[in-house]
Amino acid sequence: MKIKAIAVNTFKEAVRNKIFYLLIFFGIFFSFSSRIISLLTIGDTSKIIKDIGLASINFFSVLIAVFSGINLVYKEIEKKTVYNILSKPVHRRDFILGKFLGLAFTLSVALTLMAAMFMFFLYVFTGNIDLILLLYFLFLYFELLILISVSILFSSFSTPILSSIFTISIYFIGHFVWTFNEFKYKITGTFEKAFAYFFYYIFPNLEKFNIKNSVVMGEAVKTDVFVSTILYGSFFVSAILTLSIYIFNRREF
Amino acid sequence: MKALEVNELTKSFRSNFLFRNIDVLRSVNINVEEGSIYGFLGPNGAGKTTTIKCILGLIFPDSGSINVFGKPVESFSYRNKIGFLPESPYYYDYLTARETLRFSGRLFSIPGKEVEKRSDEILKLVGLNGKENIKLKKFSKGMLQRIGLAQALINDPHLVILDEPFTGLDPMGRKELRDIIIALKAEGRTVFFSSHILQDMEMIVDDVGIIVKGRISKEGKLRELVGETVKYHEITVLGLEEHILKEKGYDYTGIGKKIMIKLEDRANLNDAFKFIEKSGGECISVSRISRTLEDIFIQEIEK
Repeated sequence: MKIKAIAVNTFKEAVRNKIFYLLIFFGIFFSFSSRIISLLTIGDTSKIIKDIGLASINFFSVLIAVFSGINLVYKEIEKKTVYNILSKPVHRRDFILGKFLGLAFTLSVALTLMAAMFMFFLYVFTGNIDLILLLYFLFLYFELLILISVSILFSSFSTPILSSIFTISIYFIGHFVWTFNEFKYKITGTFEKAFAYFFYYIFPNLEKFNIKNSVVMGEAVKTDVFVSTILYGSFFVSAILTLSIYIFNRREF
Repeated sequence: MKALEVNELTKSFRSNFLFRNIDVLRSVNINVEEGSIYGFLGPNGAGKTTTIKCILGLIFPDSGSINVFGKPVESFSYRNKIGFLPESPYYYDYLTARETLRFSGRLFSIPGKEVEKRSDEILKLVGLNGKENIKLKKFSKGMLQRIGLAQALINDPHLVILDEPFTGLDPMGRKELRDIIIALKAEGRTVFFSSHILQDMEMIVDDVGIIVKGRISKEGKLRELVGETVKYHEITVLGLEEHILKEKGYDYTGIGKKIMIKLEDRANLNDAFKFIEKSGGECISVSRISRTLEDIFIQEIEK
């Protein structure tokens, strides 16, 4: 009940902020404008619409995840509203979990809105609906959950500007970390190999959640890949949240 | 049973410069009797808020123990019995007064219906009835203080802790807050509040603890502390010329026709009466001036 109260409050705070709607609006606007861009380029119209539409939804939902994640935790500490919560019989872990769930719900609403509008545009522009695209949104959602937990982790001990830089860095590292996995086959030295392994496993490999190329081509994701990716995402979210709780438990206000 | 018992509490913070430790609380001992109003007095930076944060588990003491109604603060369940109003409270300004109370109630796991019922009572007590559906961003400072107090009472607390509740309130607001604190005591609650506004404290508290530089320098019943010495006696007279008193060597102050004679030694009272009568003056009143909390406070700081 306490976690739910904090989660609901987090959701309320997010949806009563105008920036939230602005970002959703831009997400929808750019996915709509994919049709205009498709008119200017040569190629498969439907593929171009999907490519640009999905990329814009991806970009704006990542923005919402990073900034609302950082803002909504840091603001509690900065504005001292956290005093009112933690002086009551609320465990600090409940605070972190409540914040996470509230943000996760906020993101699901934002993503659903953008995805629904995109599917509608796609239907209007091309005359058919590609349900495989829903898989893309599901995978994107898991990536966003990892980003929210990372932003909660950083904002539990750092300033918003640093937290934003750290979280965005993790986002980019996460999309390039797969290269370390390739490296380890090409490197011979034990130390270098260990280094490549370490980097590959310590950071979340966010490329695992990027299935844009296959869904745009209309290819389905294999069941074992689907299950392992979802498990991989869940593991990272749990690990990062556990670390956040550990830090938050020791923090003084 | 004691409502709050703080024993040998110490707390230091690491300064960013040269990593030196700054001792904020050196040895704090507080004893708050159940059902009393306890005033926690100290100049700015003496350690009042740090002590309160330790009691509420917002920061962790280096050593010492804190018990609330006999239970150590580590037990966590004690928080169900505490209501807390932070210093210059901040709330979610996108929530209305009623939503704020609903949210606070949920954090105590109070069932919805009970929260609604209790909210009505409390909003009336703090004078916010009729304003429950206004968002807090439109609230004045005084109104925010009231909603702060309201959320501190939502769980029907046995111990109410208020950090600098009088700061920023106008005289009317301060009077209303004093009345609320007295009403809380009448309901059987214990009230612990910190302040550096002496008059407000002197009017309502039963016990006082004075904290100076992280140490409790004086603690006890207010009446005993201020009443243990009479500072001087003051005789108010009419119909006397000032120069007569001056010649006699009296310490006096005159306002119009009224003159106040200050006598530090009680033994001189009779002589003074006789002198006034002989000189043709009329004695209106005699008052015993005790030490005030301010005198004790300044004396403790200057030690």
